[in-house]
Amino acid sequence: MTTASIPAVPKRRLRDRLPVVHQLRQSVGLQRGMLVAGLVITALFVLTALLAPVISPYGFAQLRGPDGRFGAQQPPSAEHLLGTTSGGFDVLSRVLWGAQTALFVIIVAVVCSLFIGVLLGLVSGYFGGWFDRVLVVVCDAIYAFPSLLLAISLSIVISGGQSSLWGGILAAALSITVVFIPQYFRVIRAETVRIKAESYVESAKVLGAPHARIMFRHVLRNATRTLPLIFTLNASEAILTLAGLGFLGFGIEPTAAAEWGYDLNKAVADVTSGIWWTALFPGLAIVLAVLGITLVGESLNDLADPRLRGRRRVAQSAGEVAETSVVPGGTLVAGPGGLRGLEDEATFDEHGIEVER
Amino acid sequence: MSTTNTVVSIERLGVSFSTDAGAVKAVDDVTLSVERGEVLAIVGESGSGKTVTAKTILGLLPETATASGAVILSNKAGTGKHDIVSVSKRKLRDIRGADVAMVFQEPSTALNPVYTVGWQIIEGLRAHSEISKKDARAKAIDVLRRVGIPDPETRIDHYPHQFSGGQKQRIVIAMALVLDPGLIVADEPTTALDVTVQAEILDLLRRCRDEFDMGIVLITHNMGVVADLADRVAVMYQGKVVEQATAEQLFADPQDDYTKALLAAVPYVGTGTAKTAARAAARPEGWAEGTPVVEAKGLEIAYPGRFGRQGFRAVNGVDFVIRPGEVLGLVGESGSGKTTIGRAIAGLTKVTGGSLSVLGHEMNGIREREFRQVRSRIGFVFQDPASSFNPLLTIAECVAEPLVVHGRAQNAADARHRVDELLEAVQLPRAYGDRYPHELSGGQRQRASLARALALEPELLIADEPTSALDVSVQARVLELFDELQREFGFASLFISHDLAVVDLLADRIAVLYRGELVEEGTGAEVLGAPRDPYTQRLLASLPVPDPGAQAERREELRRLREAD
Amino acid sequence: MTSTTTAPATGAESAPKRSKRSSGGPSLGRYIIIRALLIIPTVFILVTLVFLLMRTTGDPITAKFGGQLPPDQLAERIHAAGFDRPLFVQYFEYLGQLLTGDFGTTLTNNRPVTEVLFTYGAATMELAFYSLIVAFLIGIPGGLIAAYFRDKGQDASLRVFAILCYATPVFFSGLLLKLVFSVWLGVLPVNGRASTGATIAIETLPNPTGFYTIDALMTGDPAVLGDVLAHAVLPSIALGLLTAGIFLRLVRTNVIGTLSTDYVDAARSRGVSEYRLVRKHAYRPALIPIITVIGLQIALLLGGAVLTETTFEWKGLGFMLAEFLKARDFVAVQGIVVLLAVIVALTNFIVDIIAAFIDPRVRY
Repeated sequence: MTTASIPAVPKRRLRDRLPVVHQLRQSVGLQRGMLVAGLVITALFVLTALLAPVISPYGFAQLRGPDGRFGAQQPPSAEHLLGTTSGGFDVLSRVLWGAQTALFVIIVAVVCSLFIGVLLGLVSGYFGGWFDRVLVVVCDAIYAFPSLLLAISLSIVISGGQSSLWGGILAAALSITVVFIPQYFRVIRAETVRIKAESYVESAKVLGAPHARIMFRHVLRNATRTLPLIFTLNASEAILTLAGLGFLGFGIEPTAAAEWGYDLNKAVADVTSGIWWTALFPGLAIVLAVLGITLVGESLNDLADPRLRGRRRVAQSAGEVAETSVVPGGTLVAGPGGLRGLEDEATFDEHGIEVER
Repeated sequence: MSTTNTVVSIERLGVSFSTDAGAVKAVDDVTLSVERGEVLAIVGESGSGKTVTAKTILGLLPETATASGAVILSNKAGTGKHDIVSVSKRKLRDIRGADVAMVFQEPSTALNPVYTVGWQIIEGLRAHSEISKKDARAKAIDVLRRVGIPDPETRIDHYPHQFSGGQKQRIVIAMALVLDPGLIVADEPTTALDVTVQAEILDLLRRCRDEFDMGIVLITHNMGVVADLADRVAVMYQGKVVEQATAEQLFADPQDDYTKALLAAVPYVGTGTAKTAARAAARPEGWAEGTPVVEAKGLEIAYPGRFGRQGFRAVNGVDFVIRPGEVLGLVGESGSGKTTIGRAIAGLTKVTGGSLSVLGHEMNGIREREFRQVRSRIGFVFQDPASSFNPLLTIAECVAEPLVVHGRAQNAADARHRVDELLEAVQLPRAYGDRYPHELSGGQRQRASLARALALEPELLIADEPTSALDVSVQARVLELFDELQREFGFASLFISHDLAVVDLLADRIAVLYRGELVEEGTGAEVLGAPRDPYTQRLLASLPVPDPGAQAERREELRRLREAD
Repeated sequence: MTSTTTAPATGAESAPKRSKRSSGGPSLGRYIIIRALLIIPTVFILVTLVFLLMRTTGDPITAKFGGQLPPDQLAERIHAAGFDRPLFVQYFEYLGQLLTGDFGTTLTNNRPVTEVLFTYGAATMELAFYSLIVAFLIGIPGGLIAAYFRDKGQDASLRVFAILCYATPVFFSGLLLKLVFSVWLGVLPVNGRASTGATIAIETLPNPTGFYTIDALMTGDPAVLGDVLAHAVLPSIALGLLTAGIFLRLVRTNVIGTLSTDYVDAARSRGVSEYRLVRKHAYRPALIPIITVIGLQIALLLGGAVLTETTFEWKGLGFMLAEFLKARDFVAVQGIVVLLAVIVALTNFIVDIIAAFIDPRVRY
């Protein structure tokens, strides 16, 4: 019967296994629209960051051109497409260079918190005990605390407030790191605790496999599936935290790097006098960057959850009957739910599969 | 019965779903009908389309589905007819509950946890008629009493979590009955329940048919349930109805090949007895006096409570032995502690009292370091084939894992030769070693699981409900394989199951566990042939047999036992 | 399910004869006590963390006056304040002070920190209250509508709106609102909590509460009340939108989650209308996780309050915090941060209790 009639299953192609590419192919309709929009905006952001030195008309700290000083608070013109700031910088250049600063901070912050958070979560969730309990309470306490305040405190500690490009970036990134570690910790720990109870981990225990082998071979790789999602969510939060720090005056010196939050801080007074261009463009840059990354994250989240995933409608009674019972991966659950087994298992293998109602 | 009594008639129904893999047809050209006062069982294995057919009757298909054909539903009085496939959403709402109601598989999820059961029953009443709150409440109390909820005046204000599983299913049935529909669709109504509770729910459904003159569509995979309740049976396979007949006719003289195979695969209590006797006779002299592989004396296992609360004692003073090469079948309902015992033997759960000796090592107070070497002599097959393999490793890597861990091979590639032998032993093609777990069916995975458990040729194999998640035809093949392997490798085994018939097929001796205590132990002939303990008697009488005639007798027996209580 | 969990879980199930799980079962009283006890480590950890962070860079006197005063005077002041003693001695002294309600004195103007907290705390609470109202009014109906029209146009636009709310920093949305409504349209005030006249009217009250809305009511002058409310509109919207986006998403996801449960299908099979399914059957069970997460958003709201208050010169704790930070007055900063931590811990406690009350499985 079922066992005998399974045809050879082709191996999954590489493009189906790559994280984002697979989801892109899987998505439909509005969800695909959101994912594509997010990817395009994010790509634009990254390209801007990388190409800032090339495409930017002036340097981020440049105050004078060939015709002398730019002048402060100049409205948009041919020389200064987006005008100049109260400090006499070119707004467009600072917006473009700001992308670079934001990207640096995201990379440093996310990479640091990723490594520390994942490791702590894995060890804590796997071994449990008092070490786990203490870490959980500490991380919950930090998690519940306004992250911006924590980041401010840390940036004071790290750099005493303001500093050079790399000093400032590192300070901002490390402040954000400490705020994010609890988030990775919580997610990875929860996944580890869940996976620990799965039969394949118990099976490894029954075999007498050493803890390190179980942790890294069986638990870790299966626990990291949600990481792309948290990664995007944290990246957007990193941009917002960096901007918040800059806005409160704990970011990077204007001469060291361009930073959107700092520029917005300087624009507060301008707005009252009706000067809109100094605030609008750095603000829009923040919104766009966060929007793009969040759209990607949200779409990945939807696609990972079968309950939230949308699907194509089918034409009247299309499809082959044979596929019903000869699903790649076979039927999982006896009797109940004749429908189970229809799902593409590739993404939810160990969860078993759920069918949308 | 005349045709005017037809409550539902399904004509050339087809249902398609859109999935990631494209459109899939779940139901194809199905034609069925149900009369008042008749139980039609739709039988099939997973993926046969039986649940989809049932949901179509209520118009409960998800948005990803499209249906063709017609489902003509009549109301109980026979005055109105509607085609569910084409009816408007508004009309559909009027029909649901009033003309047709549904009983769900999992009573614990079919009730909204944050509202009282009374609120939920009354809501259904008031959705269909202008009835005062007071009258609705009186009606709800009445229907709760009729489905056998004691003290319904108080219980109506209780929340679902305050009822037991069987009571919850009674409440779900009460909700279905309250508007007196002509048809009830019961989707695996007893699958989530223990066998003793199942018998009670089946009795209740029988009363629905007889006293309320309802038509019932019973969706099930359990042939015993079919034999117990059904008047007519439709067998579904791959979205099509392959055979339709009265229950007597189907069991006595199945026509379709699939039906025949399905019936042949159902385990019967009593089939294992002769085999066990032969095996016992073949044992060498003095075998019974040899050192047992596992010996439990006054075994106690308790789970600690949280925040200083009282812990839960899962196993309480249990004695048993497993001798070399012997299969002990451990039977019990959920919460009986059977899985806990298996896990304790494998060192996954701590023993908290008494003595448990495994391969000469006392488990009470043992440290993992000391036990690690013993582990190579124990194999374990888990219940859930979906999660028993690491999804990121190939089958060959998974099967090689014990060899690598215990130093018999450097890595998976090194162990490949042995892995191929093992796969062959469990009748899987070698090429399957290169596949990932999700590319295998449930039955194939359980076979690979057996291969992994046997990789080190253990002296003891613990099998924790290895077939309870499998379809009946797949189960038969896995059990057969287990039997062959046991003869070939000669390991001792603890075979845990909730199904007496399955245990009977394989076990030399059977132990019955009830709420953490061992109530009866003996050979299959002793325990199943002449049970002494009242619980075993009830358990045995509750197990429906796939034969309508025999099942009717058994029902009588169960009624006698209940009255004797 | 996995075999680990079945044994104990079903064990508890197998005692159906008890109508109420009196022995060993969860009870609300017990839950409240345990949850209340959990506040202590949380607050303790945060206080410790803040203290250590503030001190790793050195003592507050050097941070404030370093470079401004000659070294001997500096050392004298450090000694007088006791900042030259071992750190752990200072730490335990600080803990002791906190227990007696003493948060120290500001370095900037020698005011007791508690006085600062009382003076400006009301303004922050008022702002938080108004923005929560904005967030609830937009977030909850928005989430329900999005869930109801799932994957349709309404849903898509609401989701994009929610993401935009989240993606826009409060100081940017604040600036935009100011630009449009105050500068260009001129319909709402630019900055502050009240105009000069109204402020005088309020501050000459015999017993001002610090909550300007209440104080304005006490003056009995509708013009003052109108002025105070007009000032609150833009900051509340700026801060409220941030949280509204998150609430909307949260309600939508959870309601969609509960909409796919069996009990919703069961209710549908009884002929319950789709509207009622969303409004009653899906919403109420979804509310339990929603409320818990909303509790966690209080932290975000307070963080946002700092930025909002700075943008609108709303003289509350957040505004003062930024001022003290600029002045390097770390004693005051520490006091404000500790107070915010306590508020967050208490809010989470209350929120968890509310969630437990909604869930009959905990209540009974």
